[in-house]
Amino acid sequence: MTSHIIETDGLTRTFRVREGMKRRPVVAVDDLSLRVEAGEAVGYIGANGAGKSTTIKMLCGILVPTSGEVRTCGLRPVAERRRLAREIGVVFGQRSQLWWDLPAGESFSLLAAIHRLSPADAAARREELVERLELGEFLTTPVRQLSLGQRMRAEVAAALLHRPRLVILDEPTIGLDVLSKQRLREFLVTERRDHGTTLLLTTHDMGDVERLCDRVVLVDRGRTVHDGSLAALSRTVGAQRVMTVDLATPAPSLTLPDGATHLGQEGHGLRHRIGFDPEHVTAAAVLASVSTAAEVLDLSIEEPDVEDVVRRVYQARR
Amino acid sequence: MAESAGSAGSSVARPAPHGTVLAPYRAVLSSRVRSQASYRTSFGLDLGSSLLVGLTELAEVAVLFTSVSAIGGFDLAAMLLVFGLADLCFSLADMVVGHCDNLPEYVRTGRLDVFYLRPQPLLLQLVTSDISLRRLARAAVGLVALVVGLVVNDLAWGAGTVGLLAVALVSGTVTFAALFVWAGGLQFFLVNGSEMTNAFVYGGRYAATQPGTVWGRPLVVVFGFFFPMAFTAYLPTATLLGLDTFAGLPDWAGWLAPVAAVWAWVAAGLSWRTGVRHYQGAGG
Repeated sequence: MTSHIIETDGLTRTFRVREGMKRRPVVAVDDLSLRVEAGEAVGYIGANGAGKSTTIKMLCGILVPTSGEVRTCGLRPVAERRRLAREIGVVFGQRSQLWWDLPAGESFSLLAAIHRLSPADAAARREELVERLELGEFLTTPVRQLSLGQRMRAEVAAALLHRPRLVILDEPTIGLDVLSKQRLREFLVTERRDHGTTLLLTTHDMGDVERLCDRVVLVDRGRTVHDGSLAALSRTVGAQRVMTVDLATPAPSLTLPDGATHLGQEGHGLRHRIGFDPEHVTAAAVLASVSTAAEVLDLSIEEPDVEDVVRRVYQARR
Repeated sequence: MAESAGSAGSSVARPAPHGTVLAPYRAVLSSRVRSQASYRTSFGLDLGSSLLVGLTELAEVAVLFTSVSAIGGFDLAAMLLVFGLADLCFSLADMVVGHCDNLPEYVRTGRLDVFYLRPQPLLLQLVTSDISLRRLARAAVGLVALVVGLVVNDLAWGAGTVGLLAVALVSGTVTFAALFVWAGGLQFFLVNGSEMTNAFVYGGRYAATQPGTVWGRPLVVVFGFFFPMAFTAYLPTATLLGLDTFAGLPDWAGWLAPVAAVWAWVAAGLSWRTGVRHYQGAGG
């Protein structure tokens, strides 16, 4: 007996890639052993081509592993795909579950029929999702006319309608504006808190990982290179945020608190770029010390990109 | 494995599925029908163009007979029967499963992957994911040709005639449906899949409207038996009218239409299965 929602042992997938006349084997996922317990929220990150999508496809039963074992919700994904479909909800950022020519609301009715939910159950769940994802205003609009942010929220609702225990999100916030991202993240946090839903997400957005995941699994060329908290990962690679400030008067040099480093300046000291590690110093403290040199007209903070963190890990390994 | 079923799966009680096994398919199909019917103008135009194609093909047959009086022992009246049977069956199959031969589109847009996330068999989901009502116009052309053919030919009406017609209509539709699924399975392997499979899907449809007696040996092998097109319309008509059959088949060969349908589905099933295994990377 196990309480693992995801359990893989030595999971491996190779593809044969055609190169001219010859076929060369490429290892997409290499000996992945992963345990995810019910209720966890795991960020599965890595560069493009690191094997994330291949892993997800094996977890859902779309791809057959070359070798190794995989159990999702205690089921064998390929052999028991139809039972598994009732237990998992998947949002592929690039592929739609919704019917393009129908209003989102009608897609939900079809999905309720497909999952054979009872009318009472379907109505209750739908009401919950519509309210929490704020779908009410565009429920009767054909999906093809929705904005990307609206569509992604509808996609998430579609994947969660049948109350899956495991929700897999492949790049759920890609291309979304700040507000849409925020709404989606808040929703996922609430959903997890209220229903104990397990989350597995791939993303390029460090904000997603920070706000949603208590565990990060980083893969490089099919292999796991980090499995632990984000803080631990950031410590290893020194991931930092970058604050850009525009000053009213030029300041040739700035005094900065510990944990912040000056990255560069433009316009003879009118614009400065400062790197800081949120583990050690707050944005407010950095801003306060900059303000002693000159009046700050504008500022922006860039969050570390997952790509950036990944690049640093990869560089350290090579 | 028995222990896997009860492990992580038992922590949350999931209610038994509501409604019948067929409810999911019915919901999707009826939604497709509503959606097509709701755009009246576009649906009307679709019907019109589909009708035009059907009439053009019927006209081709008629034009041919202005210069000859019989082809392979079949006169115009007999040809109307062959054409009517073949076109009616093909159009009905095309209406219900025609989109299966558009598989690369389903793969490219990710609709196929989405099917994997739903608790129904893939092929049934694909088949019931759409229905092309505009093909009704073409089926109507086939039906009219068939009815005219039944009137102008001197048929000995009886239980046998009616029975053979019914068997031919059902088997023919089922055979053509298999052809689309067969094509879909192959398209998992082929990059420009539909262009290659069109050769036998639409080539097969065309072959089905011809009397097999005019075919050379390669055509007899390909469209007589491998893709059993001769069994959809030509052989049932030959049996009905007591005309020549091909390849030394007995004159009751028209009754073998269901055998051809079964073979076509065996082949289609194998093709689909192999295709899916290839897609999932399980070899094949």
